[in-house]
Amino acid sequence: MDDPMALIELRRIVKTYRIADMDVPVLKGVSLRIESGELVALMGSSGSGKSTLMNILGCLDRPTSGEYWFDHKEIARLPADERALLRNRCMGFVFQSFNLLPRASALENVTMPLSYAAHYISDREARQRASEMLRRVGLKDRMEHEPSQLSGGQQQRVAIARALINRPPVLFADEPTGNLDSHTSNEVLQMFEELNREDGITIILVTHDAAVARHARRVIRIADGLIVDSDTESSLQSAEGK
Amino acid sequence: MKIHRILRTALQALRRNPMRAMLTTLGIVIGVGAVIAMMEIGNGSSAAVQKSIASMGANTILVLPGTAASGGISFGFGTSVTLTPQDYEAIVRECPAVVSAAPVVRARTQVVYGNRNWVPNTIEGATPSFQQVRNWTDMADGEFFSNRDVLNANKVCVLGQTIVRELFQGESPVGKEIRIKNISFRVVGVLASKGANMMGMDQDDIVLAPWTTIKYRVTGSMLTSNNQSSSSSSTSNSSTSTSVNTLNTLYPGQQSLYPAQSTTQAADNPISVRFTYIDQILANAASTAEIPSAIRQITATLRERHHLRDGEDDDFNIRDMTEMTRMLTSTTHLMTNLLLCVALISLLVGGVGIMNIMLVSVTERTREIGLRMAVGARARDILRQFLVESVVLCLVGGGVGIVLGHGGSYLVQMLLHWPVQNSPGAIAAAVIVSASVGVVFGYYPAWRASRLDPIDALRYE
Repeated sequence: MDDPMALIELRRIVKTYRIADMDVPVLKGVSLRIESGELVALMGSSGSGKSTLMNILGCLDRPTSGEYWFDHKEIARLPADERALLRNRCMGFVFQSFNLLPRASALENVTMPLSYAAHYISDREARQRASEMLRRVGLKDRMEHEPSQLSGGQQQRVAIARALINRPPVLFADEPTGNLDSHTSNEVLQMFEELNREDGITIILVTHDAAVARHARRVIRIADGLIVDSDTESSLQSAEGK
Repeated sequence: MKIHRILRTALQALRRNPMRAMLTTLGIVIGVGAVIAMMEIGNGSSAAVQKSIASMGANTILVLPGTAASGGISFGFGTSVTLTPQDYEAIVRECPAVVSAAPVVRARTQVVYGNRNWVPNTIEGATPSFQQVRNWTDMADGEFFSNRDVLNANKVCVLGQTIVRELFQGESPVGKEIRIKNISFRVVGVLASKGANMMGMDQDDIVLAPWTTIKYRVTGSMLTSNNQSSSSSSTSNSSTSTSVNTLNTLYPGQQSLYPAQSTTQAADNPISVRFTYIDQILANAASTAEIPSAIRQITATLRERHHLRDGEDDDFNIRDMTEMTRMLTSTTHLMTNLLLCVALISLLVGGVGIMNIMLVSVTERTREIGLRMAVGARARDILRQFLVESVVLCLVGGGVGIVLGHGGSYLVQMLLHWPVQNSPGAIAAAVIVSASVGVVFGYYPAWRASRLDPIDALRYE
């Protein structure tokens, strides 16, 4: 407990949903450390609580009890507006269904988070940063294309560029390859690895697919609201062998 | 988030569904267009109605001298002698709400032409401004007498149609001489027919002459012949008929026969100054709405001129055509209220349309809202975005409506020749109202959008 604090540290996180006067516990005391620069896969079957955990990690939701330390700050009890600011500044999100704005160009999609930034960014700078990001994900000749004119893999890469536009230290990817075929999946996952390796971005992959989890350096397994196994790469091989 | 970026986001969102945006604003377009068109047409006709009522004398203010009372017996209006020609001049000079005024001296006596005679309903002495005050600038024949005639107390007069009919029986009276109280007046003009007034009195039964003439030659001779003919200041020609007032010194505009007294002399020899008074002052307010301020200004001017202290009663009376004015304002009020009802109903319908589409839009874009929240939009950013969207919709609708309404009223003017009056007030109101319709009816959908939970919104199918 006294060792230097990790980038993300959860302590005894409990999340209980209340559905029709019944308390349904989803997370039953999760403690977790993720160091800066890690590439972590969060694995679990559906209903295991991995989505809830990811929402809490991504500051989209608040735990019922427990502590969440992010970058040396306790943020479990932060009000909504400050969490929004934190998400904008420190977290990027990539979703299974891309969630791009329809009928807006790739460039417009990527600049969108900048308009919610705390400090003002001029239109020119925004465009510049966005085109740089799109170049980074290999879409420099598709900037003016609308999502409907892009393939699934390209759309997901636009989403990645959007997630990175504010240069967040952490990137959350919720089943990022769920809607992609295996070839484009691999491309996207390689991009994550590259970002993690070259830019040192902490990436948290949420998935139920072992093939996806194989790209991660650490796998956190969650079942029935508890972490069952927090392995490094070596133990992953044996887990796969099961 | 900077305003231009919010605007751009709103426009982007609206551009995604241009057909729907257009149909949504149609309600506002029709509402605002109808209001503008009706306002302009309504204003035009109400101005036309006002003008015709004003020609009946609705804007006229009558100033009468106060009431004289003796031994507890009051003699009624106009019995005290307090209004002077100088009061009239002061009213013209000092009351900005009064556009024109005329002094009036009244007489009632026989008028003779040849072997016929007639007692006109009104013989009035006035100034040429009488024409403006009474809205009676049309002449059937000849001309009205001039200010010079007033200054010189020339023996000229203008006749009403009834007099012409009774005395001249069809021949043109211009240039003929009629006699009023043994004084001959040359007829210089004939007034256009005006018909009966609201009380049924024949307004054409009138003889108009310069007020100085009536005052000093007609009524003056009647009231003051005794003391004036014996007055020491009379000149040598007092030998002529005593029934004619020939006191030249009294005519306005003429040089005094004697050098002016110094103030010391005046104080030493208090002689009663001959006090010229007039029977009434007619004044015309700039518009019906300005009647109260005109009355206030006239009161203030006269009180000052008459040296009335605070608390002292006015020594004059002011009357206006309250009944007519009230009728006028009630018609315009009724019209405005009707228009307002129509406007409110159509804007309400338009606003409900906006709200409906905004609710659909919020539901449709739930995932977008969730995404925006995930990347850092706060609840108030979302609220603002949807509010701006509906306000933009309404303002665009309002703008198109203004153009359409204005064009519509222009067409009505061109094709049907209805009187139309531009109404910048209505246009400004339309802009404000459509913006507030956007805020009011856009608020609920925007609030719903801002209250969405980002997790649910992201997962919304």
